[in-house]
Amino acid sequence: MRPGVPRWVLVPAALGAAFVLLPLVAIIARVPWTDVGTLIGSDASRDALSLSLRTSAASTVLCVVLGVPMAVVLARTSFPGQRVLRSLVLLPLVLPPVVGGLALLYTFGRRGLLGETLEVLGVQVAFSTAAVVMAQTFVALPFLVVSLEGALRTAGERYELVAATLGARPTTVFRRVTLPLVLPGLASGAVLAFARALGEFGATVTFAGSLQGVTRTMPTQIYLLRETDADGAVALSLALVVVAVLVIGVAHRGRPGGAL
Amino acid sequence: MTLELAATVTDRDVEVALEVADGETVALLGPNGTGKSTVLAVAAGLLRPDRGRVVLDGEELTGRRLVPPHARRTALLAQDPLLFPHLTALENVAFGPRSAGVRRRAARDRARGWLAEVGADDLAGRRPGRLSGGQAQRVAIARALAADPRLLLLDEPMAALDVAVAPALRQTLKRVLEGRTTLLVTHDVLDALLLADRVVVLDRGRVVEHGPTAEVLARPRSAFAARVAGLNMVRGRWSAGAVRADDGRAVAGSPSGPALREGDAAVAVFRPRAVSVFRHAPGGSPRTALDVVVTDLEPHGDQVRVRAGDLAADVTVHAAAELDLAPGVPVTFAVKATEVDVYAQ
Repeated sequence: MRPGVPRWVLVPAALGAAFVLLPLVAIIARVPWTDVGTLIGSDASRDALSLSLRTSAASTVLCVVLGVPMAVVLARTSFPGQRVLRSLVLLPLVLPPVVGGLALLYTFGRRGLLGETLEVLGVQVAFSTAAVVMAQTFVALPFLVVSLEGALRTAGERYELVAATLGARPTTVFRRVTLPLVLPGLASGAVLAFARALGEFGATVTFAGSLQGVTRTMPTQIYLLRETDADGAVALSLALVVVAVLVIGVAHRGRPGGAL
Repeated sequence: MTLELAATVTDRDVEVALEVADGETVALLGPNGTGKSTVLAVAAGLLRPDRGRVVLDGEELTGRRLVPPHARRTALLAQDPLLFPHLTALENVAFGPRSAGVRRRAARDRARGWLAEVGADDLAGRRPGRLSGGQAQRVAIARALAADPRLLLLDEPMAALDVAVAPALRQTLKRVLEGRTTLLVTHDVLDALLLADRVVVLDRGRVVEHGPTAEVLARPRSAFAARVAGLNMVRGRWSAGAVRADDGRAVAGSPSGPALREGDAAVAVFRPRAVSVFRHAPGGSPRTALDVVVTDLEPHGDQVRVRAGDLAADVTVHAAAELDLAPGVPVTFAVKATEVDVYAQ
């Protein structure tokens, strides 16, 4: 027996579900199935798809490399100002991506905070593929940090304390106890970060621009095609929907507790 | 491997000093929330004392820089075995040696040896999720010992176990603790009796009593030790052949040990079996008579234990029925002076 829910909540719940699912049905209904192959196979589309996959993979790696230590520091240490720092680090979750892109431009752009220093070193970041990766990492990093910090807090420190009394140095504890225990959380965090990077549009366009093969990712390509070639836009969208569905499947299986 | 520990932890109101000699097992007894686990955490390096020092085997662990837990070689075994869920039993036991830099093969061989030592060699390939509570605790003991600790810290290792498996595990512990420097936190008199050479009794964060196990249990000086040993105790001052408590109770008895002078702090200790229960105070005999109210009745072997506040009497079932005993009934507890042991506190 369950306590049950009031019957009236079913109506708004069903409305909400329809609101989410109907657009998906609508776009799939618009897919020009016979031409999908040729539409996705065009040079511009292939470039965009390949660039998106490569940059999203790179930014996911960056998210793991930077985000795992961040989550560990946030979950396992305490220092003055930690709460404020956590809120600020997670800011990109709620910041409009366009604003994030502008902020990156004023940091790494030619006239930006670090831009001149980088220029002296012969590095130009803005409007390059590296800028795409940076924009994606900027917006996706908080997803990984939030999900992993939660997993670390749930796992608790008890196993780590025991490992320490058994003579394991902090690095050994991290490698042999902490990481294996939160692996499902890390996996789902990485998948979420990948998905967020793949869909990144606002910050990318602002900071990296839209140059075919260099900075024009799938979302930008879809946005540009939408006016001139609606069928092409829909076909590319289908590709992203498929990736999104796969991501949800993987993230669901990787939930903490599911795999252990 | 001797341990000297003196620690003050202000926010838990703990101020304790104790020593464990080389190869000795010391039981830390006391009521819940009295600071026993705090003492273990200080010894293991998981908690920094506000004041005090911990010296293990001549090495100061609480100098200007606190020696971290992993560099202390003080394995901690708690109530919850806390086996790493992603490793097999064998890999769990091999964890300590592996962390000390022993090669995989050698670490596994050593782990197998320890699993056999605690009678768990057939569990080597199992994940912790597929072990019973008793099995998991055996593996956890093997894991702690395999780390080759200079000091073994046990925090109520049997408290979470079935009564059915605890005795066998206690025997195993008795065997493997032989000759090891061990600090054992417990509130079980059997653990203290079977495993410990000495006991230290804590109450509200202070050491109230310590000494060889048999001596403390036979002649307790603290209320907790008396309760653990199953003895009645009345504390007061020695005066005119009796121990007189502040609340007016007086228990006549025969002093033993160092001579008592009038006014000395003393305790009167007697067994519940030596107490007779009456509905009306008996007259004439050289007995102590204490007027009490029954608070509880419980089975005790083939007898009935009659509790009245902090005192207890054992009577036969027949007598209990005849006296019509029930909680709330006023009765008199009587005990002969020859049955009462009196000594200085």
